[in-house]
Amino acid sequence: MKFTRKSLCIPYALWLCLFVVAPLFVLFYYAFTDGTGAFTLSNLTGFFTDPNALGTLVYSFAIAIVTTAVCLLLAYPTAYILATGKLKERQGVILIFVMPMWINFSLRITALKELLDVIEGNLAMYPFLNAVIGMTYDFLPFMILPIYTTIMRLDPAYIEAANDLGANNRDAFFKVTLPLSMPGIMSGVSMVFLPAMTNYVVLDMLYNSTYIMGSLIGSYFSAYNWNGGSMIALILLGIICLFTLLGGSDEEETKARGGALL
Amino acid sequence: MERENIIELKSVTKSFSDNGFVAVKDFNLEVKRGEFVTFLGPSGCGKTTTLRMIAGFEMPTSGEILLNGKPIQNLPPYERPINTVFQRYALFPHMNIFDNIAFGLRQKKTPKDEITKKVKKVLSLVDLEGFEERRVSTLSGGQQQRIAIARALVNEPEILLLDEPLGALDLKMRQEMQLELKEMHDRLGITFIYVTHDQEEALTMSDKIVVMSEGRIQQIGTPEDIYNEPKNAFVADFIGESNIFSGIMTGKKKVRFCGGEFDCVDDVPEGTHITAVVRPEDVRLTPPSEGMITGEVTSVIFKGIHYEIAVQSGKNEMEVKSIQAPKIGEKVGMSVDPDGIHIMIAEDHTNRFLVDINSDYRLEYNGKLLHASLTKLIRGGKRLDDGTIVDENGDTLDLAKTKIEASIQPQDIDMTDDAEEGLVEGNISNLIYQGDHYSYVIHTDLGQDFVVYDEDLWNMGDRVGLVMPTEKMSFALKKQGR
Repeated sequence: MKFTRKSLCIPYALWLCLFVVAPLFVLFYYAFTDGTGAFTLSNLTGFFTDPNALGTLVYSFAIAIVTTAVCLLLAYPTAYILATGKLKERQGVILIFVMPMWINFSLRITALKELLDVIEGNLAMYPFLNAVIGMTYDFLPFMILPIYTTIMRLDPAYIEAANDLGANNRDAFFKVTLPLSMPGIMSGVSMVFLPAMTNYVVLDMLYNSTYIMGSLIGSYFSAYNWNGGSMIALILLGIICLFTLLGGSDEEETKARGGALL
Repeated sequence: MERENIIELKSVTKSFSDNGFVAVKDFNLEVKRGEFVTFLGPSGCGKTTTLRMIAGFEMPTSGEILLNGKPIQNLPPYERPINTVFQRYALFPHMNIFDNIAFGLRQKKTPKDEITKKVKKVLSLVDLEGFEERRVSTLSGGQQQRIAIARALVNEPEILLLDEPLGALDLKMRQEMQLELKEMHDRLGITFIYVTHDQEEALTMSDKIVVMSEGRIQQIGTPEDIYNEPKNAFVADFIGESNIFSGIMTGKKKVRFCGGEFDCVDDVPEGTHITAVVRPEDVRLTPPSEGMITGEVTSVIFKGIHYEIAVQSGKNEMEVKSIQAPKIGEKVGMSVDPDGIHIMIAEDHTNRFLVDINSDYRLEYNGKLLHASLTKLIRGGKRLDDGTIVDENGDTLDLAKTKIEASIQPQDIDMTDDAEEGLVEGNISNLIYQGDHYSYVIHTDLGQDFVVYDEDLWNMGDRVGLVMPTEKMSFALKKQGR
C-alpha cells in the first residue's frame, strides 16, 4: 500500500469508529428497545412522564446555571486583569490558575471536602451550595483560560478607537471589550455548563446526596435498566446538541479570531 | 483669511518608563487651522508616538500640547475633539457599518434621526452609499479604509489624525486614495495630521512636512522646501534620490567634491567642510572632454521616461537621471549647474568612503586588506567553507550590488611621511588652524578627499600616507543597488 498523508489519520479513524461511533449506535439501540430487544418508544415517554426524572433534569439545570454563572463571575475579571494588567510575572500567575488541573482530581476534591467539613460542620446541611462550590472549584480553569486567551488576542486598537470616538473606559469595556470577548465566554460556558449537569462523581466524592442527571443515569445502569439509562443519555445528548447549535452563530467570529485556547 | 494655530506642541518629550527608550525628543510644532501636515520619517523615528500623544493615547513625559491655546496633554482621548484613522482601521468587527460610524455620535447622545442623516451623508462622502447593513468582514481593504475615515469624520473633529492609513493598500489604490484624501481635506477644511514613511505620499498631499529621525525633527517646511533645500544629509537622503558627497569650499562660491571643482550658488567661507547634495536629475552627461568630472558608466536601467545611470568616478559613484542612454563601460563627462548643487555645512567631519569586497569576500580599500568582519554587516550572513558569504535567505552575496561604507573620524587618522605606509596616499590640498589642531584636507589619488586633524604643521602640497587603524573604522551596509 502506498503511504500518503491520508494514511496518517487511519489510527484515529479506527479509534473513532470503535469507541465513538459504535457506542453511539449501541446507545441508540438500547434507547429504542425494551428488555427483549423489540422496538419501543416507552423509554422516551417514560422519561417525560416520570416526575422524578423531570425534577432531576430541572434541578441539574439549576445547579449547572448557578455553577456557570459563578464561574463566569469569578473568571471574567480574573482573565481580564491577567490579560490587560501590567503584571510582571504574568506566566507565573496563570500557572497558579492552571496548576490545580495538574493535581489528581480525587485528591483535590477530597481536600475540598475536608475543608468544607471543617467550615460547615455538617456537609449534609448545604447540598446545593456544596454542589456549586465543588463544581466551580473543579471547572474554574476551563472558564478562565478561553476568556483570557480571547482578551489577550484583542487588538488594543479597538479600545483606543472606542476611546477616540468619545467612549470613556467603562463604555469602551461594555461596548467593545465585552462583546468582542464573547467567543471566549461561549467556549468557557460550553466547557462548564454541560459537565456541571452530569458530573456526579464530584458530588459523590463530596458525600453530597444531590441527585443530578449523571446520578440518574448511573442509577438506571446499576439497576440493570440499560434501556432507560441509554434513553436519558440520549436526551442529554440532544440537549447538548441544541445548545451547541444555538451558540453556533458565534462560530464564524470565533474562527475569524483564531478561536480561543480551548 | 486669518489662520491661527489650532494645535501647538511645545518641547514635547516622550520616554517610555519600562525600557527608558526616548521616542520623541524636544518636539516643537505649530499647526495652522485647516493645514495638511505630514510627519515623515523611517520607522521608529517617533512620528507615530507624536501622533498618539496628540490623540491622547500616550501622555508626554514633559512639554505641552495646546489645542486652541489650551493645554490638553493630560486629557484622555475621549475628551479631545480629535479623531483618528488607525493604521489597520480598527473597525469594530461585532458591529455593522452603520453602528461603527454611529459609535461616536451615540456617545455624544445625538438624536436618532440626526445620526441616520449624518451617517448617510458621510457614507456618500466616502462613496459607499448603501453600505449601512454590511458587516466589516465583507468589505475590501479599500472599503474598510473609507469606512474608517467616515467613522472619524462623522464626528466633525477639529483635527483628523491619520496613522499610515494607506499602508495596507496596493499601489494603485493608494494613489487613488491619496488624491481623494487631499480632495476631502480641501473640501472639509478640517486640519489633517498625517503620518507616513512614504516620501512620495508626503510630497503629494501635504501643505507642511515634518521630517523626523530618531525622535527629533530634522526639518519642517513645504514639500518644495524639503525637496529643494534639505537642511541636512538625512533629509536629502530620505526625500527623493540624492547623491551626497562630503567636500570642502575652495574659493568664493567654489566647492570641491567627488574629485572635481564646481561653481555653486551658496556663499560659504573658504575652507569650510560641507556636504554637497546633487539630485540625479541635475547631473548632465557630456562627452568626457567637456565634463567637470569624468567617470565610467557601471549600470543603465530603463525607467520609462528616463534612464537611471550609475557612473563611477574614481572612488565616488554618481547617480544620474537622463533621457539619453550611454553604454555600460562608456567613459562620460558630467557637469552640474551651480543651482543644481545644494551645499550644507557639514555638522560633523566624519570621513565616509566606499570600500571594496574582493573575490575572497573580504573587505579591502585601495587594494589593501581591511581586517574587519563582512559577515556581521549582512543580515543573517554566514561564511561558507569555500569562503563565500550567504545572506539570511541563503543567497550568495552579490558583490556588484553590495556596497559597504566605512567611516572614520578625522582625529583617528594619522599622517606619515612614508606615503607607502598608509592605507592610501595623497596630497594636502587644504589646511586650516582650528585653535588646538590643524584641519587638513588630503586629496587622494582615488578621488576621495579625507579630512584629518593633526597637531603638527604640515605644508600644502605635501605628499603623505594616511594611516587608518581598522579598529577605529566603522562599517555599514549601504542600500542595495537596484
